[in-house]
Formats: sequence, C-alpha cells, structure tokens
Amino acid sequence: MSDTVIQNHEPNYLEYKGRYKGIFAWIFSTDHKRIGLLYLYSMLVLFSIAAILGLLMKIELIAPGRTIMDAQTYNSFFTLHGITMIFLIVVPGLPAVFGNFFLPLMIGAKDVAFPKLNLLSWWIYILGAAIALSAQFFGDGPPDTGWTFYAPYSFRTGTNMLPAVTGAFILGFSSIATGINFIVTMHRMRAPGMDWMKMPLFPWALYGTSWIQVLATPIVGVTLLMIVLERTMQIGFFDPALGGDPILYQHLFWIYSHPAVYIMILPAMGVISEIIPTFARKTIFGYKAIVISTLAIAFVGYFVWGHHMFTSGMSGTALYTFSILTFLVAIPSAIKIFNWVATLHKASIDIQTPFLWALCFLFVFMIGGLSGMVLGALSANVHLHDTAFVVAHFHFIVFGGTGYAFFGALHYWYPKMFGRMYDKGWANIGLAIFFTGFNTLYLPMFYLGMIGMPRRYYDYVEEFHGPNIVSSFGAMLMISGLVIIITNLVRSARKGEIAEADPWKSKTLEWTVASPPPLENFAEIPVVTKRPYDYE
Amino acid sequence: MNKPAHIDEHRDDEGAKTGMWIFIFTELILFGGLFIVYSVYRYLNPAAFHLAAEELDTFIGTVNTVILLVSSMTIAMSISAIQYKNKKLTLILMSVTILLAAVFMVNKYFEWSGKISHGIYPGSPTLMEASQGEILFFGLYYAMTGLHAIHIIIGVAFIAYVMVLVAKDEIQHDNFVILENSGLYWHLVDLIWIFLFPLFYLIT
Repeated sequence: MSDTVIQNHEPNYLEYKGRYKGIFAWIFSTDHKRIGLLYLYSMLVLFSIAAILGLLMKIELIAPGRTIMDAQTYNSFFTLHGITMIFLIVVPGLPAVFGNFFLPLMIGAKDVAFPKLNLLSWWIYILGAAIALSAQFFGDGPPDTGWTFYAPYSFRTGTNMLPAVTGAFILGFSSIATGINFIVTMHRMRAPGMDWMKMPLFPWALYGTSWIQVLATPIVGVTLLMIVLERTMQIGFFDPALGGDPILYQHLFWIYSHPAVYIMILPAMGVISEIIPTFARKTIFGYKAIVISTLAIAFVGYFVWGHHMFTSGMSGTALYTFSILTFLVAIPSAIKIFNWVATLHKASIDIQTPFLWALCFLFVFMIGGLSGMVLGALSANVHLHDTAFVVAHFHFIVFGGTGYAFFGALHYWYPKMFGRMYDKGWANIGLAIFFTGFNTLYLPMFYLGMIGMPRRYYDYVEEFHGPNIVSSFGAMLMISGLVIIITNLVRSARKGEIAEADPWKSKTLEWTVASPPPLENFAEIPVVTKRPYDYE
Repeated sequence: MNKPAHIDEHRDDEGAKTGMWIFIFTELILFGGLFIVYSVYRYLNPAAFHLAAEELDTFIGTVNTVILLVSSMTIAMSISAIQYKNKKLTLILMSVTILLAAVFMVNKYFEWSGKISHGIYPGSPTLMEASQGEILFFGLYYAMTGLHAIHIIIGVAFIAYVMVLVAKDEIQHDNFVILENSGLYWHLVDLIWIFLFPLFYLIT
C-alpha cells in the first residue's frame, strides 16, 4: 500500500500503524472507517454464499421434478438463503457498512460516540453469523423452516433449529448496539453550526433506522428466545397442544419484522437522496418533506405488521385496519420518489455509474412498491398470499431497493473509501447485465404468482414450466453481472486510478477531506454554515 | 468544546447516559414482549391463572421486593457517596447492593426448588396433567422470573466491575458516569421486578 498517494502529513486510515499488526490492526481497531470495511468484507463473503444458494434454487426450479437436489436440501437452502440475506446482510448492511464509515464524516465528527461498543458490535455480528451458519454443519440436518421460524413447525421439526434461532437472537444485540451508537452520535457530535435541518439526508435516514432498530429488535429477540425455550423446555407459548397460540407467534414476529423492512429500506432511500443531488448538480427538491417522510415511515411502519397475516385468521376489523394502514405507509415513500424525480427535472445531469444505479433503483423500487399496494389490498392478498407474486414483490423491494442502493453507495463512495477509481466501463457493463438479469429473474414470478404457483415449493406442475425457465435464465444472467461488478471493484482497490478528494464535485462534508480520509477525519472540526446540497 | 488528544479519550457524560437510557428502553421492550404474551393468556384463561397464582408464596415475593427496593436505594446512595469523595463508603454501599442481590437469588433458589420438588416445572409430568392455563402460567412464571434472574446476574457483574474501577481510583468524584450507568441498570432490574411481582403473586 506504499504507492497510495500522500495528500497531507497525516497518515490515512488505511496506512495508519497502531498498536497491532497485520489482521489484528483491523479486528482490534476502534476506527469507525476500518470497522465499516470489516463489515463490508464479511458481508461480501456472506452475500456471495447466499447468492449462490439462490442461484442453485433457481436451477432446481428450471424444470418440474428433481433437477439437482432433493426436497429437503431445497428447504434448507431457502432457509439459509433467507436467514443470511435478511439477518446478516440486508438488515445490518447499509447502516453497518456505510453508516459506520460515513456518518461521522458527514456530520463532521472524528468518530462515533462509542468506538469500543462499535467494534464490539462487529464482534457480536461475527459471533452471531458463525452460530447461525453452524446450524448447517452439525446436528440433525440444516433448519428447514424458512427465515421466519414460524411456530409450531419451528419447535416441532427435528432439524437443527437452535443454532439458527440463537444466532439470530445474538445478531439482535449487534443491531441494537449500532442503533444506540448512531443515535447518540447524531445527538451529541454534529459539527458546530450543523443543526438538525442542516444534516444531510443519509444521516437522517440512519437516524430513523436507528430508532427502529432500538425499539423493534428487542421484540424479535424475546420471540426467538421463546422459540428456544419452547424447544428446550416445552413451555407452551405457541404450542396449541399446551394451550399456546401459533398466531401469537406471527404477531410478535411481524411486530418486529415489519418495521425491519423499513430498517432495510430507509438507509437505501438515504443513499439515493445523496446520489441524486450530486449528479443532478441541484439542491434536492423538498429537503424537509424527505426528512418528515423518513420519520413518518419509521413511525407508521410499526402499525402495519398485520398485513402479513391476512389469511391467518384475524377479526374483520383487524383485517381492514391493517389494510388501510398499509396503504398509508405508501404515502411517505411516494413523497420521496416524487422529490427525487422533481430534483432531476431540468437538471444538468452528470451520468456516472452511481447515478445509473440510482436510476435503476427508482425503476425497480417503484415496481416493488406498486406490487406492495396489490398485496396490501385485502381481496387481492387473499388470492396472492404465499405465491411467487409475494416472492417477486419482496425481492423487488429488498434486493431491488436495498441491494441496488448498496451497490450504488459502493460505487458512489468507493473513491473516498479506497482512494482509487474503479473502471467505469466495466462497472456500467456489469450494471447493465445485472439489471437485465434481475428483471428477467423476478418479473416472470409476478405472473407465476398470479396464475397460482405457491412460494417455497420445490416442485410444480407442467403449466408453470415456461416462466420458470425464463426466471432461472435470468438468475444466471444476474449472477454473471454481479461477478463482473464485484471483480471490477476488488481489482480496482489495488490497481485503480488514484482518486481526488472530491471526484463527483459533491458538497457534503465527507468530500472535504482527503481520499482515503486521514485517521482522525478532520484536522480541524469544520463549522457548518450552509445547508447540504447547496449547488446553485 | 475542548479538543481531546485522541478520539479514544473523548469524554461525553451526557452522551454516555443517553446511550444507557436508550438501552434501558430496549430492555423494557424485551420484557414488554413477554408482558404481551402474559396478558393474552391471562385474558384467555382467567380462572386457571387465578388458581395457579395461589400456589406462589406471596411472603417470599414480598421479601424479595423489599430487598430489591433497598438495594436500589444503596446503589443510588453510592453515587452520592462518590460525589462527596468518600471512596470507602461508596465501596461499602456497592457491596451491600451486591449482597442484597445475592440474598434475592438465594430466596429465588428456595422458591424455585420448592416448586420443582413438587413436580411443577416446564414439561414435568405433574404439570402436563394440569389445565392448559396452569401450564401457561407456570411456563411464563419460569421464563419471566428466569430472564429477570439472568438480568440480576448481569447487574451484579456490572456493579462488581465498577467496584474494581472505584477501587483503582479510575472512577472519582468528577468522573462517575459508569457508576451512574450501573445504577441505572440496577434500577431497571428493580423496576421489572416491580411489574413481575403483582402479575404473578398479587393478582389472584
């Protein structure tokens, strides 16, 4: 790393030599930037594993009957795919990687409020991941419940559920610790002059997210704990034979897990709100409306969990109340979309890779959001419940939303993180292949769901064959795109062109320091006088 | 704002306390999940919960409530003691807190082992013959008081760690936010018990 450019006298965070050497200089580092990269590397590894599992499932579904694996293996694959993607990547992803790296830089602080707690969160994350994944390798076979651990199957199945559930429980602590850390950081460490309405939108999104993490995670924690107790001690919380109620499990699970969907999407929206004004070279339209809608999503998100249970047997009043609330939560999301589009109106746009990712995000996120409206409508839901339509919908939202924003953020902040540029040509080719593959993979699943193909099924009738072939082909295309994208990024970290401090001519604070940033971020804490995104 | 030499030396008492308060909220919500489950099943099985609750010994419950309240007082007093620069008194008051916690656990041990010797524990043959409401009541009893007991142990470990810091003079009259935070945590443990006590022992 000696050929990295020295832009000032202080060593940058990558070169800095602390008390420890080699790998210990990373895993014992309390520097928020190194911790951000630790998360990034762990997540890229886990993401590759989970993506390959997804690909294998799609290959299995390319034809009816057994293709490459048996039904039990298929069940354990979709369970592991779900657990890894949701608990290990999508929920912690953007806050843990980009929040850790950029939150202090964007609000003009030297680090987060509790640097040691921050490192501890990563350790807990790795511990939780190791325990959850260990379920695959010993005991009576890998878990086969799906990532939701629905009772009563989750305590009746003979497979190795305990490590999976315990791992998810432990990951909750990591999530809560990061949330607390970010909230305190934003309350206490904003640079002088940066009042709340001068804070950039990505920190705002992290603020909303952190509150959801702090307030919702304990509920899933205790729910998972109840599953553990149920399996080990036969307590009867959710076991109908002992007087318990499996529907109560669903309520408790979704009281967390629906807000968790907003943990996944709010930071993604924050990233898009950073990318769009930068490349539109315009002040973002409706800054306050975006802030308020962020908080509104965080708030209303608590009251919509029932829409996961429209077919589980709830009272009529509960059904239509949850349906109406579900429609309400779409309003603040739509406000954001309109604001982004309005920002693009009459802008002199600089077309760069991160901007293309943001555009693709808008496209897939709108498909995901509108199909969510279809599912939020009671009558349509009864027909589409637990079909491939639902799978298509949440992949458009979760992968199409969070995943696109994650890669968008990676391309946007890459020069700042590594001090080098990636190859723009390959980045765009990778995106094009990925985007085509993505749509070829998931669009047919809307159709499959409408004509009645259930989700989680290993086998299907001949009628569903055609769209499944298209979908499986899309999966292969999408994975090839991902390989190009990731290879390009990994390769450029060593061989890319040296990046300047502000390659995109952006206005937020993180671009005012050298690339990569010096150890202490700011030699002199900046005084903020202007609003963010002040381009005119 | 004075500039710390290095970020590791950054000190912000207000921030540390804010963080602890938010953590306490999450703990309350964690128990909140169990409180919801309790209320649902109490609503569904009022008679069985009434019967089962009579099995519990209100006397031991009351004694333990008093013990925890006093221990909350001693930890709060230890914070005043450190402000008055009285290191010895601080350590004594903290030891009393730990001692009271130990007494609580001993009582809990006798209470639990009494029940278990009567064959009342999750999954036991005796309990399986009882009504579904009673199974749920005792299931919740063991789960909730058990989780509370784990919190007592964590609290004791936390306070013991802080005692070491006090003994080593790392916590002094002008820098006691960790002691305050351990006190806050201990109040939380107390508070949760204040809710558990009427739910299991008093409402019959």
